[in-house]
Amino acid sequence: MPSSPFEMKASSVLQNEELQHSYRNAMDYLIKRRQQQFNDPLEWQTLRQKGTSIKTAALNDLPQLLLQLEAKLINNGIQVHWAETPDEANILITRLIKETTSSNPDLSPAPVVKGKTMVSEEIHLNQYLAQQGIPCLETDMGEFIVQLAKETPSHIIMPAIHKNKAEIAQLFKEHISGIYQDDVDILIQQARQYLRQCFENATVGISGVNFAVAETGTLVLVENEGNGRMSTTLPQTHIALMGIEKVIASLTDLPPLLSLLTRSATGQSITTYINMISGPRRKGEKDGPEKVHVILLDNGRSKLWQDASLRDTLRCIRCGACMNHCPVYSRVGGHSYGTTYPGPIGKILAPQLETQDNAADLPFASSLCGACGEVCPVNIPIPQLLLRWRQEATQQYQTNHCNHTTIPQQPTPITGLKYSRGQHLIWKTWSWINCHPKLYYFMTYLVTKWRILLPRQLGGWTLYRTPPRPASSTLHQRLKNK
Amino acid sequence: MTTTEHVYLYGTCTIDLFFPEAGIDAITLLEQYNIKAHFPPEQTCCGQPAYTSGYPQQAQQVALTQIAAFPENWPIVVLSGSCAGMMKHHYTHLFPDNHPQSIQAHRFSQRIVEFSEFLYHHLKITLTDYGQPVHAALHTACSARREMDTLQCSQQLLSQLHNVSVVSPAHEEECCGFGGTFSVKFTEISGAMVNDKCKALEATNIQHLISTDCACLLNINGCLAKRQKTPLQGEHLASFLRQRCQPRKP
Repeated sequence: MPSSPFEMKASSVLQNEELQHSYRNAMDYLIKRRQQQFNDPLEWQTLRQKGTSIKTAALNDLPQLLLQLEAKLINNGIQVHWAETPDEANILITRLIKETTSSNPDLSPAPVVKGKTMVSEEIHLNQYLAQQGIPCLETDMGEFIVQLAKETPSHIIMPAIHKNKAEIAQLFKEHISGIYQDDVDILIQQARQYLRQCFENATVGISGVNFAVAETGTLVLVENEGNGRMSTTLPQTHIALMGIEKVIASLTDLPPLLSLLTRSATGQSITTYINMISGPRRKGEKDGPEKVHVILLDNGRSKLWQDASLRDTLRCIRCGACMNHCPVYSRVGGHSYGTTYPGPIGKILAPQLETQDNAADLPFASSLCGACGEVCPVNIPIPQLLLRWRQEATQQYQTNHCNHTTIPQQPTPITGLKYSRGQHLIWKTWSWINCHPKLYYFMTYLVTKWRILLPRQLGGWTLYRTPPRPASSTLHQRLKNK
Repeated sequence: MTTTEHVYLYGTCTIDLFFPEAGIDAITLLEQYNIKAHFPPEQTCCGQPAYTSGYPQQAQQVALTQIAAFPENWPIVVLSGSCAGMMKHHYTHLFPDNHPQSIQAHRFSQRIVEFSEFLYHHLKITLTDYGQPVHAALHTACSARREMDTLQCSQQLLSQLHNVSVVSPAHEEECCGFGGTFSVKFTEISGAMVNDKCKALEATNIQHLISTDCACLLNINGCLAKRQKTPLQGEHLASFLRQRCQPRKP
């Protein structure tokens, strides 16, 4: 029955009881933690409104802010690079890594350490670097586990949420210790010791950016494990990779956004580490990288930006609350989506950022319950944007098959759409019936009259439910003579 | 002396076909409070199925049929949070400012009132409970909870019934998995959601499941019946209130 890659993967997760259980427990935990943080509705609404207007204003001023950011960063001694596509970013990063290592032949081959960055997942950096013979080590505990397992993150904040203790213990036995043991504290210590060594030897550190302040040229990075600080201070070169939508105007914009981010994401009032990076090591300073590079990546973002309503998507601060609260995500897990960003936000980012065929299916894989929109700290109207992408999907079909004109270029058409002529016809007929009240009356009358003849099996519906049984007469009929 | 107030009743196509008694109950209940509910026979579907499936033009045609069906300037009481949400909040998306019918659609949207909202906010109803002590759960459809923000109205109404103990099943704020065509397109995911919803209901001691949305009930009732763990079947708030608030004849 499942037809798309999404449905097939979702189906296997739904049948995995253990996975169902761990996702449900993890999401319930995160939901509860967030609720405790925002137990004052007024404070939540005020803060959310503030965060929303900060991000909205920053996006409206995006071209100017990016130029200001570039100038300030350069002023601070940070080198700025622009990348339009994942390929451009990957080539750039490879060149920067090679430049660092060639200036220090003793250090070759260069071990590269990476702090958690979803943008690097977006451009498939690890795979690209591996093809160039450059090993790149994930240093965030979750990402580290995912890398050992040769998988991709299943959640943007908790990348290894799909892994249980036994699976992690097995991975650590195979790759680190050689001995199986599943005490969580010991496992963490083992990883820490292993990573510590790698930090010391690394010549290049790669990180993401949570917020980039245009006014001061500051890169802000939040984390809980200290690996972000290690990755950005110990190696000789730090490469920060960021999407262009991360820029904000001023330092005063930062506190409300940080508060919204950490409270929404993990239910923490503040993360253990907040790194504010304002340049390479200066004269007399004892630590810090010698060179800092920033790569500003577009990868479809400017296309979203050009569309007045899709632009709202770019407010996202990547907290993951929408996936934690999503009844679909909490059942099918992050990998089913087949996209870098899973869950509700992934569904509205994927058609623009991804090339996979299954992205077309995703906007439809929602009951539109609105839980995502309700918890979004920057008020992204996710359900409304899902509807928009559904319209884009069917309109693309209609444009291709009905008018024989070219595909609209704005926004980027969704690929791999399987919506057929049949479906189009169904909705035309449906509309026609509902536009003719007498016809509607007659059709519903027939359904009630012949209800005994209705099929007992209705595809997937009756796998989980008895068939819907029409009443003996409609409300219209009952009220006709009143 | 109170004068009779006139309102329209929008029955919804789900109630029309599957829960017509909820429509009758709503009209009867309103009559008790001197409200004359008119049911224009020209009403059909609100257009939501086409709209959420990505066919706004088809939805727009159907929306125009509804707008024409309710000519008087009376409030339109809708027996579903989801259809009310469509007509109140999404008709404005269907008819943007530059559309010739945009003003008409906007005025129509402003007249939309969800049933529990009408009873609680507009009518400021005081209910008298004539029923036996029971336990009940309120399934608030996502549209009522998040789009129409009428959750409190139905909660408040139920709290007026002194013999009804309202129980909160686990994950009560979570969607039942209906979502219109979602339940047909993504049957396994929707099935898992409604199964969880039913498990949570079965774990309670309720005798009544009440909702302001019959589309959710179509989904939940079907699953409850398939699972056969309980004879429980959900009913519309209008039906429940009518049963409870009708004085027993001596």
